[in-house]
Amino acid sequence: MWRKAIIAAPYLWLLVFFLAPFAIVLRISLADPVIAQPPYSPTYSPDSFTFLLTDKLYAITYLRSVVMAAGATLLCLLLGFPMAYGIARCSPATRSMLLLLIILPFWISFLLRVYAWMGLMNNYGAINNLLMWLGVVDQPVQLMYTDFAIFVGLAYSYLPFMILPLYATLERMDLDLVEAAQDLGASRSRAFWDVTWPLARPGVIAGCLLVFIPAMGEYVIPYLLGGSESLLIGRVLFDEFFVNRDWPLASAVAVILLLLLVVPIVLLQRYQARDQEGTA
Amino acid sequence: MNRQSRFIISVLAFGYAFLYIPLVLVIVYSFNDSSIATVWGGFSTRWYGELLRNDQILDAALLSLRIALTSATMATVLGTMAGLALARFRRFRGRTLFSGMITSPMVMPEVITGLSLLLLFVTLQQLTGWPGQRGFGTITIAHTTFSMAYVAIIVQSRLMAMDESLEEAAMDLGGHPLRVIFDITLPLIAPAMIAGWLLAFTLSLDDLVIASFVSGPGSSTLPMYIFSKVKLGVSPDINALATLIILFISIGVLLSWLVARRRV
Repeated sequence: MWRKAIIAAPYLWLLVFFLAPFAIVLRISLADPVIAQPPYSPTYSPDSFTFLLTDKLYAITYLRSVVMAAGATLLCLLLGFPMAYGIARCSPATRSMLLLLIILPFWISFLLRVYAWMGLMNNYGAINNLLMWLGVVDQPVQLMYTDFAIFVGLAYSYLPFMILPLYATLERMDLDLVEAAQDLGASRSRAFWDVTWPLARPGVIAGCLLVFIPAMGEYVIPYLLGGSESLLIGRVLFDEFFVNRDWPLASAVAVILLLLLVVPIVLLQRYQARDQEGTA
Repeated sequence: MNRQSRFIISVLAFGYAFLYIPLVLVIVYSFNDSSIATVWGGFSTRWYGELLRNDQILDAALLSLRIALTSATMATVLGTMAGLALARFRRFRGRTLFSGMITSPMVMPEVITGLSLLLLFVTLQQLTGWPGQRGFGTITIAHTTFSMAYVAIIVQSRLMAMDESLEEAAMDLGGHPLRVIFDITLPLIAPAMIAGWLLAFTLSLDDLVIASFVSGPGSSTLPMYIFSKVKLGVSPDINALATLIILFISIGVLLSWLVARRRV
């Protein structure tokens, strides 16, 4: 009895507020937009999907989102791997301090961290002032409202998500293995690719997925840092819903985004489940 | 010092600079007297004074705090139950679906969660008349849903790392299973519950996208207010507000770190 109650309360909550909403999104994506309250018809039609799949603009936007998210993931990996490696090699006291400094920005408002970059990348912001003072450029470089700004914003916001799982696997790794490989004559790069990298791979995969999945649907960063023409799918969904009030189309955009993310999400869950069993 | 460690140290220095320089500049510019946020016009604290006189900000902050307190508490109750179920009841019907529903909200893009919850509320309103208006209640439900997942994971991993023998001993001695949970299990996982509550509280205070979807006219949370202002560009009073939030959170995190370290 009591056991059932403990399971049932969160179970029902999630069924009602997490699973059922998806069914409704799917239902509305198959309706027609009408001028009414709420603005969709009780009929069924695949029009939103045919429109999405035939209009090139949407295909390009999905593709751009994949490319931007993948690029930001790569940036995070390139910066995050050596950082995680470095932290894992420090003494325990320094390590916990350095880790705290990685986690701290995660607790500070996401919106404010993106906002901080608006001041930096402005035409008269800190980066341009520095560049002009150094004499590298004599006119402000356009940084804000570019794809570059979106990349930096994504990498900045999601870097902790990359470092933490990487750190967790690298910290567990036995350093003697690398040393043994080198003693047996492996070059430093050979030892890295043959020993360190395979051992770190679960962390790399988890970190990459933790960055890629949320970055795909990002709304705030492209809105604040990107230009009006640099469309990403999260922003398109938001605008179709709030600006154009086309609920069926917005729902269809969400359904296709979700289909694109099913594989990465399932992969991530498998890795996390394995990790949980591993520590048990 | 060899070449490898010099490389690692420079990457670490660059990485931390990358993480912290933007925040430091926001703090510096919050003391800028000039009303053009990017031009330095001398030291002043006048933007902090303006903050205190801004009723809209205070209302939004109050609403955000109420939502965060309520949703973090609900998320901790539901999340702890979910974590217990996952860690201690090995087999039950629908377990796979359950653990899927626990972890998915954490990675789901916010626009999808927000849209789907709003459509649920609209549908429910048509069918049952509830919720009559969107605002505090709907945002609290939305925040509870995504943050209970974090609590569940934290509690579950704490339970997995914990020895079950205490609980088994209590059961063997004839303790009622519910009493065992309240007298043995909950005190043992209290630190995990507190950590989960704090995380849920912060996530709720931080959320912009989901709240924008499920709130109604007239109820703006603090992030919604900030977003509506920064859309138009950098502004000095937001710098002051950001500074207060950054300092407040940093001090809180540092203190809890020091307390946790001393206990170990």
